[in-house]
Amino acid sequence: MSEKHTISCLVENHFGVLARVSGLISARAFNIDSLTVSTTEDPTVSRMTIVVDADTNKLEQVKRQLGRLIDVIDVQELKEGGFIDRELLLARVHANGKTKADVEQIAKRFGAKLADTNDHSVVIEAAGDTKVLDQLVEQLRPHGITKLVRTGRVALEK
Amino acid sequence: MATMKGAQILIESLRREGVDLVFGIPGGANLPTFDALYQSPIKVILTVHEQGAAHMADGYARATGKVGVCLATSGPGATNLVTGIATAFMDSIPLVALTGQVRTSVIGNDAFQEADTIGITRPVTKHSYLVKDPRDIARIVKEAFYIARTGRPGPVVIDLPVDATVNEAEFIYPEQASIRGYRPQAVPELQQEAIHRAAEVIANAKRPVIYAGAGVIHAGASQELAELARTARIPVTTSLLGLGGFPESDPLSLGMLGMHGFEYTNYAVAQADLLIGIGARFDDRVTGKPDEFARHAKKIHIDVDPSSINKTVIVDYPIVGDVKQVLAVLCQLVKPLDTGEWLKTIQAMRAKYPLMYREKSKLLPQYIIQQISEATKGNAIVATGVGQHQMWAAQYYQFNRPRSLITSGGLGTMGFGLPAAIGAQFGRPNDVVWDIDGDGSFQMTAQELATAAQHHLPIKVAIMNNQHHGMVRQWQDLFYQGRHAQSRLNPVDFVKLAEANHCAGIRVEQKGDVRSAIDQAMKTADRPTVIEFMVEEAEDCWPMIGPGKPHDQMLGTYETLKKEGGIPQYRHAEPDEESKLSLG
Repeated sequence: MSEKHTISCLVENHFGVLARVSGLISARAFNIDSLTVSTTEDPTVSRMTIVVDADTNKLEQVKRQLGRLIDVIDVQELKEGGFIDRELLLARVHANGKTKADVEQIAKRFGAKLADTNDHSVVIEAAGDTKVLDQLVEQLRPHGITKLVRTGRVALEK
Repeated sequence: MATMKGAQILIESLRREGVDLVFGIPGGANLPTFDALYQSPIKVILTVHEQGAAHMADGYARATGKVGVCLATSGPGATNLVTGIATAFMDSIPLVALTGQVRTSVIGNDAFQEADTIGITRPVTKHSYLVKDPRDIARIVKEAFYIARTGRPGPVVIDLPVDATVNEAEFIYPEQASIRGYRPQAVPELQQEAIHRAAEVIANAKRPVIYAGAGVIHAGASQELAELARTARIPVTTSLLGLGGFPESDPLSLGMLGMHGFEYTNYAVAQADLLIGIGARFDDRVTGKPDEFARHAKKIHIDVDPSSINKTVIVDYPIVGDVKQVLAVLCQLVKPLDTGEWLKTIQAMRAKYPLMYREKSKLLPQYIIQQISEATKGNAIVATGVGQHQMWAAQYYQFNRPRSLITSGGLGTMGFGLPAAIGAQFGRPNDVVWDIDGDGSFQMTAQELATAAQHHLPIKVAIMNNQHHGMVRQWQDLFYQGRHAQSRLNPVDFVKLAEANHCAGIRVEQKGDVRSAIDQAMKTADRPTVIEFMVEEAEDCWPMIGPGKPHDQMLGTYETLKKEGGIPQYRHAEPDEESKLSLG
C-alpha cells in the first residue's frame, strides 16, 4: 500500500550527490513529495529530508539501496511521532481594506507573520509542521491565494 | 617535492594498484593519458570498439578476480563503453573505466565530443568521479579500486577532463582509502547470532538444498562452500553465474536451476524444506514465480549486499556479510545431517529426468558443447554470448572450477563472448579459452577478432550458426504463434570473416567432423581459431520454465521429449556408472 514516508539521509556535501539520490528514487517511479538539502553542524555533511509516496516493502528496498550509495553516510526513516518536522510557507493572499483584518486574524492564530503588504494583498510567512500549514492554507483559500510556496519538510528525530 | 602531470599521476596510481594491462582506444580528450601510458610499463591493448574494451576488461576481471581497467575518450568513446559498464554492474564485476572529458572550462557547453559521462553512467555504476583537479587523482584512483573490488564488487567510472590530466600536482599516493559512507563489511559481531540460528535451522532440515550464486566466486569461497556441503551432506545447485563455484563432478552437485535449469534440480528445489541461498540474488530467471519459489522451504540468505536480502523473495534467516567469512563460521557449527533419504530421492530424479535431445539430420549445438566439454575435460575457461547457445553451454559443459564460465547473466549482453574471451586469455595466458557463441551474438562484436589475432591469442571460437536469433525464434514459436519477426539472420561466411582477420577458420557440417575440428583448434597455439558449426535451425532449448511460471510447470520436460524420440543425455561424470557411460 502506498503512503507517505519521511527519509532522512546524511550525505557528502559535494556536487552530484543530489542527482544520485533523486535518480535512485525516481528510477523506481516513486514520486518525491518534497526534498530539502542543507548543510549540517559539520560543513562537509548535508542532510536530505525526503518525503516520498511509496509502498512500504518497496521503500525498504530503496532505503537499503540508498545506503549502498557511496556518498550516502546514513539513512533513516523517521517514523510517525518520532520526529519533529517543520516547513516554511509563503503565501500571497488577496486583502483589501475590508478583508485585511480577517487575513491578519488568521495569520495571528497560526503564529504567522506578514512578510509584505500592499493595497491589494499580503504575503503570509508561516512556519510549522505539515498538518498545521495545510490547515492554514485551507483557511486562507477563501480569501484567494494568488501564489503559494512551501519549502518542504525538514525533520529531526526527537 | 617534484610535481607531475595529472596523466602521469594517474598512471603511477594505476601501477600502485597493481595494474599491468589496460584495454582501450585513444581519442582527443584522453591523449595525455595515452601519452603517459606510452611511456609506462603498463601494457595497452588497442581494441576495435570501446564496447570491446569494456567487455575485455570485464572478462579479464572475471577470469582473474582482479580489477579490469578500460579507457575511452570523451563523448562517443565513453558512450560506447556504457553497455560494457552496465554488463559489469549487473553481474557485480570489479571494473574501473577511465574516460576522457572535455576541458572543465567548457563542460556543459556542447563542446566537440562532449557527453555527460557521469550522468549517463550513474545508474549503472557502483560509483563515479569527475576529476576537477589533478591533486585529487591519486586519492580518487585509490578509492575507485577499493570501491570496485570490495563488498559487492562493481564498476567505477573516473571521468578525466583534459586539463586535469595536463596540469601538474604533487604525487602522494594514499596508504588507504577512507570513505565514511562506504562500509563494505558488515560488523561480524552483529551476525554471529544470525549464523548460529542458521546452523540450528540446518541441523533440523530433512530436505536441504544450497543455492549458490556468483557471490561465492567473487568472495573466493568455493572451498568453504564445498566444505559446508560435504560436511553437512547438502546438495548444491547454482545460478548461471554461480556455475564453477561448486564442482559439477561432485555427486552433491545439482547443476543449474531456473528457467533453463535441469528438470530434476528444479523439482528438488520445489520439494526442499530448507533453501540456503549463498551469494545469490534470487534473480527472476532463477525464481520463476517468486511467491512459489521453493515454497515448502524455510530460506536462509547469506549475502554481502543488504539490499539483495528480501528483494524478490522474502527469506526467514538473512545473514549480511562476506560469504567466505560467514561460511567459515558456519562450517564450524554444522554437523553431518541425515540426508541419505533425500539424496536418494534426488538421485532417483536425476536418473529419471535427464537432459534430452533428439538427433536431427543437421548438427546439434548440445552435442558440440558436450564434445568441447569432453575435449577440455571441463578445465577450459568458457565465455559465451547470450541466447540458446549460452543456456546449452550452461547445461552441457561441465564446470568444475571457479572463474571457468564467463557470461553475461544479469544484463544478457549479446556480443559479450568474444571480447570477454580475449580479456580472459590475457588474464590467464596458460589456460585454454573457448568462446561458445551464437551467430547473432558473435556478430555484435565480431570486429574484435582483429584484436585477438594482433596479439596471437589462441582463443577458440565455436559459433553455433543457426542463422537465427535462436532464443527469439524459440519464444516466437512458443508465445507468438510462430511469427518469426526479424529473427532470421542474413547469412555470413564466418570462415572468410575469420581469415580476413588473420584467424584460422573451419566450417563443420557433419557430426563426424566435430571432434577433429575441436582438436585442431586445441592444437592451434599462435592465433585464434573460429569454427563455424552449421547447426539445426529449429532446435529448441529445453527444459524451460515459462517466464513468471512456477518450477513444477516446466515445458520441454523429459516426458514430452521422450515421446518425440529424445535420447537421454547424462552429463554428470561421477554420480553413477550409467552417467559415466553416457557422457559424450
